[in-house]
Amino acid sequence: MKKNILYILSFLLISSFSFAQQTPAPKQTKDFAIVGATAHIGDGTVIENSIIVVSNGKITTIGPEASTPLTRQAMDIIDAKGKHVYPGFIVANGTLGLVEVDAVKASNDLSEMGTYNPHIRSIIAYNSESKVIESMRPNGVLLGQVVPRGGRISGTSTVVQYDAWNWQDAAIKLDDGIHINWPNSFRRGRPWRGEDPGLKPNKDYAKQVKELNAYFNESKSYNKGSKSESHLPYEAMAGLFDGSKHLYINADDEKAITDAVNFAKAQGVSKITIVGAYQAGNITEFLKENKVSVFLRRVHSRPELEDDDYDLPYKLAKKLVDAGILVALEPSGQMERMNSRNLPFYAGTTVAHGLTKEQALQLITQNPAKIMGIDDAYGTLEVGKSATLFISEGDALDMRTNILTKAFIDGRDLSLETHQTELWKRYANKPSQVD
Amino acid sequence: MIKAHLRLLIFMCSFSLFAQDYFPSNSGVKANNTNYTAFINATIHVSPTETIDNATLLIKDGKVVSVGTSIKIPNNTTTVDLTGKTIYPSFIDLYTTFGVQKPERGGDGPQYGPSRSGFYWNDHIKPEQDVMTSFKYDAKSASELHKLGFGVVNTHMPDGVVRGTGALIALNNTADNSMRIIDGKISQHLSFSKSVKSRQRYPSSIMGSMALLRQMYSDAKWYEAGHIDTKDLSLEALNKNKNLLQIFEAGSRANLMRADKVGDVYDIQYTILGGGDEYERINEIKSTNATVILPIDFQLAFDVDNTHLASSLSLSDMRAWNQEPHNPKILAENGIPFALTTHGLKSKKSFASNLQKAIESGLSKQKALEALTTIPAALLGKSNLLGTLKTGSYANFLITDGDIFEKKTTLYENWVQGEANIIEDINTTNINGDYNFKLNNKAYNLNITSSTSKPKAKLTSDEKTLGTKISYTDDWLHLTFKTADSTKKEFVRVVANAVKDNTLEGKAILPNGNELQFTATKSDSSAAKTDKKDDDKKKEKATDAAFMSPVTYPNLAYGFTEQPKSETLLFKNATVWTNEEDGILENTDVLIKDGKISKIGKDLSSRNATVIDATGKHITAGIIDEHSHIAAASINEGGQNSSAEVTIEDVLDEEDIGIYRNLAGGVTSIQVLHGSANPIGGRSAIIKLKWGETANNLIYDDSPKFIKFALGENVKQSRYSTNARFPQSRMGVEQVFIDYFTRAKAYGKLKNSGEPYRYDEEMETLLEILNGERFISCHSYVQSEINMLMKVAEQFDFKINTFTHILEGYKVADIMKEHGAGGSTFSDWWAYKYEVNDAIPYNASIMHNAGITVAINSDDPEMSRRLNQEAAKSVKYGGVSEEEAWKFVTLNPAKLLHLDDRVGSLKVGKDADVVLWSDHPMSIYAKAEKTIIEGVTYFDLEKDKQMREAIKKEKSALINLMLQDKNKGLQTQPIKKKENHALHCDSLD
Repeated sequence: MKKNILYILSFLLISSFSFAQQTPAPKQTKDFAIVGATAHIGDGTVIENSIIVVSNGKITTIGPEASTPLTRQAMDIIDAKGKHVYPGFIVANGTLGLVEVDAVKASNDLSEMGTYNPHIRSIIAYNSESKVIESMRPNGVLLGQVVPRGGRISGTSTVVQYDAWNWQDAAIKLDDGIHINWPNSFRRGRPWRGEDPGLKPNKDYAKQVKELNAYFNESKSYNKGSKSESHLPYEAMAGLFDGSKHLYINADDEKAITDAVNFAKAQGVSKITIVGAYQAGNITEFLKENKVSVFLRRVHSRPELEDDDYDLPYKLAKKLVDAGILVALEPSGQMERMNSRNLPFYAGTTVAHGLTKEQALQLITQNPAKIMGIDDAYGTLEVGKSATLFISEGDALDMRTNILTKAFIDGRDLSLETHQTELWKRYANKPSQVD
Repeated sequence: MIKAHLRLLIFMCSFSLFAQDYFPSNSGVKANNTNYTAFINATIHVSPTETIDNATLLIKDGKVVSVGTSIKIPNNTTTVDLTGKTIYPSFIDLYTTFGVQKPERGGDGPQYGPSRSGFYWNDHIKPEQDVMTSFKYDAKSASELHKLGFGVVNTHMPDGVVRGTGALIALNNTADNSMRIIDGKISQHLSFSKSVKSRQRYPSSIMGSMALLRQMYSDAKWYEAGHIDTKDLSLEALNKNKNLLQIFEAGSRANLMRADKVGDVYDIQYTILGGGDEYERINEIKSTNATVILPIDFQLAFDVDNTHLASSLSLSDMRAWNQEPHNPKILAENGIPFALTTHGLKSKKSFASNLQKAIESGLSKQKALEALTTIPAALLGKSNLLGTLKTGSYANFLITDGDIFEKKTTLYENWVQGEANIIEDINTTNINGDYNFKLNNKAYNLNITSSTSKPKAKLTSDEKTLGTKISYTDDWLHLTFKTADSTKKEFVRVVANAVKDNTLEGKAILPNGNELQFTATKSDSSAAKTDKKDDDKKKEKATDAAFMSPVTYPNLAYGFTEQPKSETLLFKNATVWTNEEDGILENTDVLIKDGKISKIGKDLSSRNATVIDATGKHITAGIIDEHSHIAAASINEGGQNSSAEVTIEDVLDEEDIGIYRNLAGGVTSIQVLHGSANPIGGRSAIIKLKWGETANNLIYDDSPKFIKFALGENVKQSRYSTNARFPQSRMGVEQVFIDYFTRAKAYGKLKNSGEPYRYDEEMETLLEILNGERFISCHSYVQSEINMLMKVAEQFDFKINTFTHILEGYKVADIMKEHGAGGSTFSDWWAYKYEVNDAIPYNASIMHNAGITVAINSDDPEMSRRLNQEAAKSVKYGGVSEEEAWKFVTLNPAKLLHLDDRVGSLKVGKDADVVLWSDHPMSIYAKAEKTIIEGVTYFDLEKDKQMREAIKKEKSALINLMLQDKNKGLQTQPIKKKENHALHCDSLD
């Protein structure tokens, strides 16, 4: 009991301080215009000295200041001269909201037991009030996919916006896709079975692929039948075959990617994305021919093999983009949730290694929106689309100038405060405790 | 006739051997055989350097009586004519576990204390272990070894850091142990690996094993001097074993160097079991003066048929396959003494073929023979008994029909202590060759190959191969073959004798039961032909084997063929970030000379300098990472709550590709810190990333002394399933420190008093801290523990030099400033564990504003490649100026590491550790183009491109060679994919 009281007390203390920041922004009630900024559209183009008018959460006007007269009077004007406007950045293949603290098991809802879990839905566990999520907003990261991990078929993801009361108002595309971990070409030796440790060719590869194939076949048969006795996992697979769900396949090496794509095509899946895709650079023609898009593994990662080019993870995006493949960046890996706020800098690094800044921007705006099927509303600054965007003091892909003054989701004026900014403000002004 | 002699001889010897003088006999009369045996007309290799043709070897009672050309043969001598045969001294293997059963794993779960008493405090120190207590003669293994030419082996119990005594055993299958045991205590064995029988956690790393050995030697002296009142049977045994041959199982070049380093502290020269990779740093190996016991377990070619899988194979693994067979030759060329061993061979049978491979790769036969005879004999101090066939030696010898190191040579007999072990019957006629015969007017051709006792046959008739079975014993050939009519399952049977030269005579029985006379004659040219074929084959093989991919430094992708040299370099027209009062200078030149910054200014010129146009580019001091775990073979010695006695300097790994990748990110210096498994961790290695240099050469000259401390979740084992070790709470952590420093103080007092004291490496280290000679970098997160450690330090009158991680430093910045501690933190990491809930990216800026020396570190082999970007985050989070933010990864870590008089800024006279950037160094769009340490360019973007091409080419060439091996029908091994290891604070290696 005592504990409970303490808990409530501390809650009140913190919330009295931070309620304003934690509260999702209210709906837009008044039109506003952002004037004078360099607008990065997200499709590769830029409008200098732009005017962007937002009404009812949507962009109603966008164009150069000189040729876009402001017609309506009843609106707020945001002077953004010398600043930059971007569409909200989108985390593809993210896991924000599923784990709060990596090392605390009780805060972890990342994966479910079992091997074939298409019916497992990430959105149920999505914690819209995660402190990690609020730390995304000040960096311009406003949208993302919530993806379950583990198993052969990990489950079903949902696309959310990062300023919500709960998972229901967070979801912008519910159950958008199913995620598969393709069998590995290599397997670690099991010393307890007398094997050498270290990575050896996976002898069960063909068997595992066969199993997956059989699972897809069974699912198809089930969904064609009467379904007199319900089979939840098979039912969850239906969307893959009627085109309503996207198939995301985690595969890194050349062979696995090729096998995975051929598998998905043969199964009649129309929307296919390879996630990870470390060796995709070797088979760009194949990917292009098959219209396969890529969620490219974290740019800030080490080369996989000792002999690989030191900058391979940095320059891979350029290689795929040049080949005409639709690419988005994904953050998975060590400490991926808190690191998701570095998404803009992942994109920035691809510029040092070949892409243009506007191409790099596409990797975290237009392209993920297209792949996840939310591009009717998100991913670019266009008339009729959602006003999910932000204003930065400078180049948002460079950490020195990624400094936000305003951010909006569906026209809602977001708080850029977080647990972290609160602590900053509190302790920056702490009275000295030494004489 | 000769045959009869031989058989008789074996029979007689057996008699003699069991007749031990003082043993009573109840099975008949006591009769000793005092006859001689003489082997005459043989080519005798008395020793590797002395060969006598047409000589006689006279033996009696298992020993050599005399050897030479004019030997007087006593009347009671059995004579064996060995015309055309060769005699060698038999081989000695110094490193086996012959007759010893593999030790069984004992116990479960972590254990911190020892499981015995009356012995050393650590279960893994077992000098008292005597191999003879568990020895059981293994005649089957002995027979295997006989076939390889071995007559004597040294055996030991392969269990523990100190493994006790080994024994020298003659592989005499006829006698009993009283005869076989040449010496029951001849060697003492050591290793870095723990006993599998005990679960005691310490030592959990190689550096822990090294420290444990050092302390053990010190304690043994202390014990010997009578300062320990209680009984310690381990130390007693250790002192007793002092004069035995000390054999250390290192198992790799790097561990060989580590073993030798341990021995040097107490003037012990180990004989060291190597890893076969010594050639990679041959000069370093030579400098140890150690004799190496060399395994020849050469790798099989990788099965590269599958192109997908083969693409994961690393150049270093490919090179190992190609280069290792050259190792013995390279040791010999460099005058490093070595003995050869069968240790490590998955199949002992491959010993002969691998030895042939080494010889094809250039090892001289004389050196090979020495490595198997005189060198091990000398190491064992048994040159008078073993290794040669001089008078008085054991009659341990081999009878062959030629050069023992040639593939075609047959080893007939392996004599041990005057007892023959028959491998091939010496009197059986060798029937290998091409034969022609006719049956019912049909001509056949019979080709017989392989060994005399197990021949292989191929029978053809009318260019058709017929199914054939062959057996051959005592000069009788039995041959069964299918008739030419394949519709019937009918056989012809042949029995023939090989008494006449080049002819097989006997009868053939046809399917219908009719018998025909059988005569097959060897075709004249066949003998010559096979020889020629063999020679051709050998030649072809030799050219392949002789090719050795060049060794690079380090010996993996991106290694240097030749170590680059310090240059005089003049950078023109750059933006120069001095980190000094001059600030950031535009359009400025920098001259580097003799490894130092020579000049900074406008319009500089220098006659001998290589000029580099740096227009539009930036030059900075090299990045310094205060907290790194790359370039180390182990990181944590977590076996005890303090491990001040271990040092990362002992386990540096100069072959970590992470070094090169860090250079590519502009990093020049790092502190390789011990992990955070325990409150008092190990000592640091502060190194420069001189890619290609030896591990030792990476370490700073006069390196400042540092040690890792740690607080919080890791040291209290928050994520362990057991709680067996103190401390389990932050409360306990404080007491660990107070306890150790109290003891260190007392230790120092005793040491200074002039009284005798027990040297304790751990206490010595802590004393250095108390004396201000060693600095602490403490892994820390929450403010309570940060305050605690400063209080503890103040209580003992020293300062905490650096709090590393220090994610709540911003909460106590004023107190840290007052104490004088620096802060080395992450730019923006958090949410990975509970104690980082309040970590904020503004931490660096708040600490900086409070006047603390702030560094941004990596603790991560990925982030360390981009520390320039991490510094830039301080501009975003908290608005630190660019100039100051840059110091977070250069000058400030140099200050924290007490290196700012040498590195960290661009100042005339400082080390020329500089980076040329393509752009503003903190821009996300910048790339390091050149990374220079002391005037040596270790990373160059252009050179990197060339190396990529070279790697591609070399890998292709090696794959080609592997495919050739496979096509020859040689065995292969599956592809290995090198793991992408990343060590962190939490890594329990």
